[in-house]
Amino acid sequence: MKILVCMKQVPQKDAPLKLNESGAWIREDVSYEVNEPDAFALEEALRQKEKHGGEVVVITSGPARAQQVLREALAKGADRAIHLEDNAFVGLDALNTARAFASAIKDEKFDLIFTGLQSDDYGYAQTGVVLAELLGWPHATIIMQIEKNDAGIRVKRELEAGYFQFVDMPLPAVLTIQSGINKLRYATLIGIKQAKNKPLRKVSMADVQAAITGNLQKIERLYVPQKTKNTEFLEGSANEVAKKLVDKLRNEVRVL
Amino acid sequence: MPDTILVVVEQREGKLNRVSWETLTAGQALAAETGWTLEAAVVGSGVSNFANEVAAKKVAKVYAVESPKLEPYTPDAFSAALRQFIESKKPKLVLMPHTYQVRDFVPKLATAMGRTAISDCIGYKKEGGKLLFTRQMFQGKLAADVSFACDAPWFVTLQNGAFRGDKVEAGANPAPVETVNVQIADGIIRNKPQEVFKEAKQAVDLTQAEIIVSVGRGIKEQKNIDLAKQLAEALGGELAASRPICDSGWLPMDRQIGSSGQTVAPKLYLALGISGAIQHIVGMKGARTIIAINKDSEAPIFEIADYAVVGNLFDIVPPLIEEVKKAKAGA
Repeated sequence: MKILVCMKQVPQKDAPLKLNESGAWIREDVSYEVNEPDAFALEEALRQKEKHGGEVVVITSGPARAQQVLREALAKGADRAIHLEDNAFVGLDALNTARAFASAIKDEKFDLIFTGLQSDDYGYAQTGVVLAELLGWPHATIIMQIEKNDAGIRVKRELEAGYFQFVDMPLPAVLTIQSGINKLRYATLIGIKQAKNKPLRKVSMADVQAAITGNLQKIERLYVPQKTKNTEFLEGSANEVAKKLVDKLRNEVRVL
Repeated sequence: MPDTILVVVEQREGKLNRVSWETLTAGQALAAETGWTLEAAVVGSGVSNFANEVAAKKVAKVYAVESPKLEPYTPDAFSAALRQFIESKKPKLVLMPHTYQVRDFVPKLATAMGRTAISDCIGYKKEGGKLLFTRQMFQGKLAADVSFACDAPWFVTLQNGAFRGDKVEAGANPAPVETVNVQIADGIIRNKPQEVFKEAKQAVDLTQAEIIVSVGRGIKEQKNIDLAKQLAEALGGELAASRPICDSGWLPMDRQIGSSGQTVAPKLYLALGISGAIQHIVGMKGARTIIAINKDSEAPIFEIADYAVVGNLFDIVPPLIEEVKKAKAGA
């Protein structure tokens, strides 16, 4: 099975974010990490390869720093990587990101394409589904299990409130993967060493320019959300705070 | 002719998804703000009863978009049906709730039509004739006002709980209902969905709990959950958790709160070591009182907490358990 995993580098979960001068994006002098759902997507691809053989290719778009995500993926067991490298990729909407990816992989023949179900920075949950439509492939989202069968694959789709659904699909297909589908592995020292020699193909903005257009939507401004709640911060030593909390529980919340 | 806002409601398993009323409330508010006409549509097979339910609300017209191929739900069928319908009716703005089903087909539909969707919006603004949609970014740490840079139709999905379903206005008279039969060619539908099922035996119904003590990644290890359990017991409440705790198997899936788990609105929600990621917040922001303990002062949970403690839960919870027990003993 030849599997492509689309991965994104996002600011670290606890990174303090500051607005840049334009007020329409953040200052990029923060620490970055792999988008967590994408890490689960990679792990799932590696497990499918271990079960059925084949190849796992990882792809990302972003500045030079985004290569870190690919290096880690190669160290974990991916076979090769594709880096759409340019600062400008950061500002593309889901549609143009998907178009750029489709253009970069046009000479490849994948059986499956995985993305995380959504990114921790934008949180749109669109890129995988858009990519499926651009490629003309079937897709399914928020996937918790994948099993190969003669007709293609059977996937387990997560629904709200604890419900699930199995879906039979032909290949090739795009799947967006839900966090918690598996347990993430750590890269081994050998893996990290081997990663250095694995192929990493760079794709420039110029290479995919013909495939993309201006964004169809625009972030006019970013801002710290206006608080609608009047939050009361309770301070003091642990014992003092415990007493203050009980006071609130008794007199305000009235559960004691 | 004024522009039209089209609210596409959701029906599943023989019922209208309650979140549809929230979308209709948003549609009514936007219609009032813009002067545009509000219409609604329900998509499926044999859905005229749902259309009639919607027609009782204040809306100009309701459509039942019908095809036997729309049952069961598949993204191929829904995308094809709505594309046909939208191309013929040409609404300016298409509103849907940000449900798992909508997420499954709206990006496909928008792309097929050469358009885009602004997803998971929590509000809107009208600024000098321009319509902006507000959404959370970076797991709620920042908000973004987003505009469309393309022609209509504009697709917008709305976050659960962003609008009040109970505030939807009833109509003075039932709106006209029209059935629109759509054609879905053979070979369009590629997925074969099986029966929907529930996995976890629902041992506990968190939606009935008045008091919930919930743990997130800040609990660090499985054995520490016992501390939260003691607090829950002292308060007479139930134990719950954010997704990562349940994914790790530290608590069963029926204890999960969030978009994939339960949505609760208890009298008290005590969040221990929970950062406040959007997928969790949507499951508990309706709680009457929210108390959050987290060592990260920037944690988004503090945006919605009534009482906040920036500190180490392992320092605070043990004395808290003692104080609660004392209070209950009448001290």
